Amino acid sequence: MTDVALRGVHKSFGENPIVRGIDLDVRAGEFTVLVGPSGCGKTTLLRLIAGLEQPDAGDILIGGKRVNDAPPRERGVGMVFQSYALYPHMTVRENLAFALNLRGTSRVEIEQRVREVAEMLELMPLLDRKPKQLSGGQRQRVAIGRAIVRRPDVFLLDEPLSNLDAALRVQMRGELARLHQRLKSTIVYVTHDQVEAMTLATRLAVFDQGKLQQHGAPLELYRRPANRFVAAFLGSPAMNFLRGRYSNGHLAGDGFNVPIGALSATFDGRDLLVGIRPQAMTLAGPDAAVLRGEIEAIERLGNEGFAYLKTPAGPLVARFDGGGAELAVGANAGVQLAPESLHLFDAVSEEALA
Amino acid sequence: MSRVKQRPGALAVHLLLIPVCALTLYPVLWVIGLALTPHSAHLSAGLWPLPAHASLIHVRELLSSRNSSGELIFIRQLINSLVVATATTAVGVTLSVTAAFALSRFSFPGRQLGMSTLLATQMFPATMMSVPLYAILNRLHLLDSLAGLTIVYATTAIPFCVWMLKGYFDTIPRELEEAALVDGATQGQIFLRVVLPLARPALAVTALFSFMTAWNEFVLAATFIDDQTRFTLPVALQRLVGEYQTEWGQFAAGALLVSAPVMLVFFALQKHLVGGLTAGGVKG
Repeated sequence: MTDVALRGVHKSFGENPIVRGIDLDVRAGEFTVLVGPSGCGKTTLLRLIAGLEQPDAGDILIGGKRVNDAPPRERGVGMVFQSYALYPHMTVRENLAFALNLRGTSRVEIEQRVREVAEMLELMPLLDRKPKQLSGGQRQRVAIGRAIVRRPDVFLLDEPLSNLDAALRVQMRGELARLHQRLKSTIVYVTHDQVEAMTLATRLAVFDQGKLQQHGAPLELYRRPANRFVAAFLGSPAMNFLRGRYSNGHLAGDGFNVPIGALSATFDGRDLLVGIRPQAMTLAGPDAAVLRGEIEAIERLGNEGFAYLKTPAGPLVARFDGGGAELAVGANAGVQLAPESLHLFDAVSEEALA
Repeated sequence: MSRVKQRPGALAVHLLLIPVCALTLYPVLWVIGLALTPHSAHLSAGLWPLPAHASLIHVRELLSSRNSSGELIFIRQLINSLVVATATTAVGVTLSVTAAFALSRFSFPGRQLGMSTLLATQMFPATMMSVPLYAILNRLHLLDSLAGLTIVYATTAIPFCVWMLKGYFDTIPRELEEAALVDGATQGQIFLRVVLPLARPALAVTALFSFMTAWNEFVLAATFIDDQTRFTLPVALQRLVGEYQTEWGQFAAGALLVSAPVMLVFFALQKHLVGGLTAGGVKG
């Protein structure tokens, strides 16, 4: 088992800095997910680890060895590309065997390892087909098979599920998790989908604008986001934010004054950014409501739902129980919030406050 | 679907295509007629070009014609043409496929200039190039030789082939090469085992183009080759048209024999040619 480490890695394309000084440790055997919006540098980071790009500065270490100058084939990595990048002129069998053939593996062993992988990924009936005769999910499995047949130390996966339909994505997500349990190898997985990130990761690394925002276990990041970006990025619907001045258990801003419970005296008179997950902000009757607004949209999920409100404090999303049949767009509604689940951020730096 | 709707349209298209086909094929029929008409019957003025009594005598005469030293001269010239066209194809395609890959995938100083220059060479007609080429071949002592002719043809074919192949390479997704790189392939292995097999349609088109360039070319061959035993077929055919007397029958038979290989190559590559024309359909 092999760990991967990045030390002060920079990468620009022309004038555009894409990766801006990243330090990251991926522990051996860990399923690490790099997540962030498009253009945050996560795919570039993966390509840097694979050796498909060269860093402008900094070091890349695989298994403790600096690999900056090693070509991809000497890095012991297997990669699954977003477009799968299966060789269109080869059958599934030939696709799987390609890397082994290049290494001069014996015919018997190639046969055996291809079979092993094909059985694991249920590709046996497809071995003699060409990629164009396969469905998206099947291509996906071949791409994964091609990466694992070589038994690399580190797997790199670049948005492998983004081309699949929703149902298949959920299914493949489960298969990937099982595969990791089985292979116990180090996996670095890139996605922009926070659900994939939360469900698959042993540890999660959130990126924005070429910088690492936070790195840790998914729940830790969800519960204690280091800054507003991470707080807003993880969780669905996204976290609500109220901006105002705190005093005496209330947060006051233009046209609103919300009781948010007693905070430490050091916050008195200070400008704060307060985050509340929609799950902790619920629709409430007139007596309990701390803030009122007009319903702009309603998402009914069946057993619960979310109402999108326009309030004096800005747009907010609040949860409701049940079907929400009594709610109507354009109607007025009040919300209450659970003071114990507030996230406090500095109003200027937007970093989390202890 | 709209089969009923399509029918009148298809009918109109065919009504247009059938006369066009007839118009195109009529002269060809004349050549076939000429080739099959025995000596006694001369160029008839009838509307139907094929003779009542066909004979292969012209073909036989042509194939068995000998020069003063007793060689089967037409057969010799046929072989010359085949050798020159095949060698041109081999040299042209080999050189242009590597050049095109480099131009498509690597950035290096002179890349843009090189590509523009290749394009610029296409502007000059062969007749205009014949004088400098003559001088160069003379220097190299390659005048009146098939090797010299091959070099000249290959250099004329390469610019077109490079552009054609480069355009095709550009459509092959880079991720395939990156996948091969991660799989452990070297640049050479990527080229031979991933890129070339995928470029088969484009290779077929360029090979056909090179072959036809060399096979049909007349002006340069007539300028550079003096010895009858080194003529290629277009030159040989032209010499059948004499100042005082022309063997039209043999000429027509020769013309058919010259077109046969090109047609064969066309048929053989048909599948790839269609693929080549719909280039870009390569997807993982």
